[in-house]
Amino acid sequence: MSALISPVTADKAAKVVLWASAGIALLILAVILGYIVVQGVHVISLSFLLGSPRLSGAEGGILPAIVGTFWLMVVAMLSSVPIGIGAAIYLAEYAPKSAVTAVISFGVECLAGVPSIVIGLFGYAFLSIYLGFGFSVLSGGLALMFMVLPWIVRVSEESIKTVPNAFREASLALGATKWQTVRRVVIPSAIPGITTGVILGIGKAIGETAVIMFTAGSSLLMPMSLFDPVRALPYHIYILASEGISDPMAYGSSIVLLVMVLAINLAAIAIQRHYGRHYVRN
Amino acid sequence: MSEIEIESKDLNLWYGTAQALKEITMAVPTKKVTAIIGPSGCGKSTFIRCINRMNDLIKDCRVTGELLFEGMNIYDRDVDVVTLRKKIGMVFQKPNPFPMSIYDNVAYGPRLHGVKEREELDRIVEVSLKAAALWDEVSEIPDRSALGLSGGQQQRLCIARTLAVEPNVVLFDEPCSALDPISTAKIEDLINNLKRDYTIVIVTHNMQQAARVSDYTAFFLLGEIIEFGKTKQIFEMPDKKSTEDYITGRFG
Repeated sequence: MSALISPVTADKAAKVVLWASAGIALLILAVILGYIVVQGVHVISLSFLLGSPRLSGAEGGILPAIVGTFWLMVVAMLSSVPIGIGAAIYLAEYAPKSAVTAVISFGVECLAGVPSIVIGLFGYAFLSIYLGFGFSVLSGGLALMFMVLPWIVRVSEESIKTVPNAFREASLALGATKWQTVRRVVIPSAIPGITTGVILGIGKAIGETAVIMFTAGSSLLMPMSLFDPVRALPYHIYILASEGISDPMAYGSSIVLLVMVLAINLAAIAIQRHYGRHYVRN
Repeated sequence: MSEIEIESKDLNLWYGTAQALKEITMAVPTKKVTAIIGPSGCGKSTFIRCINRMNDLIKDCRVTGELLFEGMNIYDRDVDVVTLRKKIGMVFQKPNPFPMSIYDNVAYGPRLHGVKEREELDRIVEVSLKAAALWDEVSEIPDRSALGLSGGQQQRLCIARTLAVEPNVVLFDEPCSALDPISTAKIEDLINNLKRDYTIVIVTHNMQQAARVSDYTAFFLLGEIIEFGKTKQIFEMPDKKSTEDYITGRFG
């Protein structure tokens, strides 16, 4: 059977279609960013970044929300990164290949798919009420941990599994113990992948609204301790927009949120570069 | 035969229900090069990986019989595998330097075993790289990534890394199979020099290589040892028909 379209034509067509797809993806991003910047850039000023909100956020600044978002991230990361990486190392390196391990891995997968509003409800019931943490940075941060933990476990586990076995064998053959091998060879080799997992987690968490509105509270005051309530940036944006308080302030806050996400991504790239510097191929 | 470093007595090994080694009995003489030859799947790599217990990593691997080193059975329950592997180093088929600097690769073993002083590490790294005939090529660039070296250089780096732990025995598991002829010649020269200080066991696919570098040769076939003796004798006057057939290239 002869082809209806010649391979040369198909080749050209593929190039055009793929180029167009990439172009459209980029265009969507540019339109979103451009629109937000155009709508919100005029409210950005030093007093916006460093001031406190007045009139429910219609005027003034967003410093308490920036600080609140920051501390929520810190609590979420400090709690999820050690547990997540530890669990990933266990699953990838130590766990026997048994049905139990398979069930745990499947459980982690499922946990990653739980809708954030459900995690928010659980966080409210368990952290705020049952453990008595109330609406606070601690409750919000730990609820975010529930959400990002499976991501961190999954991505870290995958990147640990891609470390070539030859590295492990070489290390063990030199008289290293299993833990020495894991700590000195496997983890450093997996760091770029693990970092990506953590960043994905932070990226998900920083824009998260549903999880924190039931747990972190909605206070516009500057949080002074882990037990103070706080309103994170995405929730602030949500309230500004949904309650018709101020669209420009919502867009201005969005720019700040985007810059924070961008900064985190840049940090991730810097870490990957640092650890990946030995992966030069000849 | 001279002094014996490692002695295998009726060694059997199973992967699950498949027997990979059958009643292997042979002796590895001290500070000589012993080559193990045989066609693919004959158990030669399996045997060499018994000597430093790398087969422990494989699930369902079972061993019976004795493998004596320093008067102890390597497979005794109270043998400390970490100490054993310190004394019996291994160079693998594919060069496998760590994704670290050249210096850190060689210093990896000594650091594991507690050497911390920079001067002492510097000394060990230099001595090991010189022993592996790599010093002249990398002495100016110790901080470069080991992965930027050529395949042959990487393999010599792996040898240096093994020597840095000061083993008594070095196992080579087809060390040249991924290398070009020039790099192979360098490694063979190196093995010739190393036997002054180390007992060497080398698994190789390449019969010319076995003939060139080894003092003793064992011929394995289907998990059994067919013949073991001085290399010259194995290659010139083999006792067994199958050894002769393999060496003359009638199968392989």
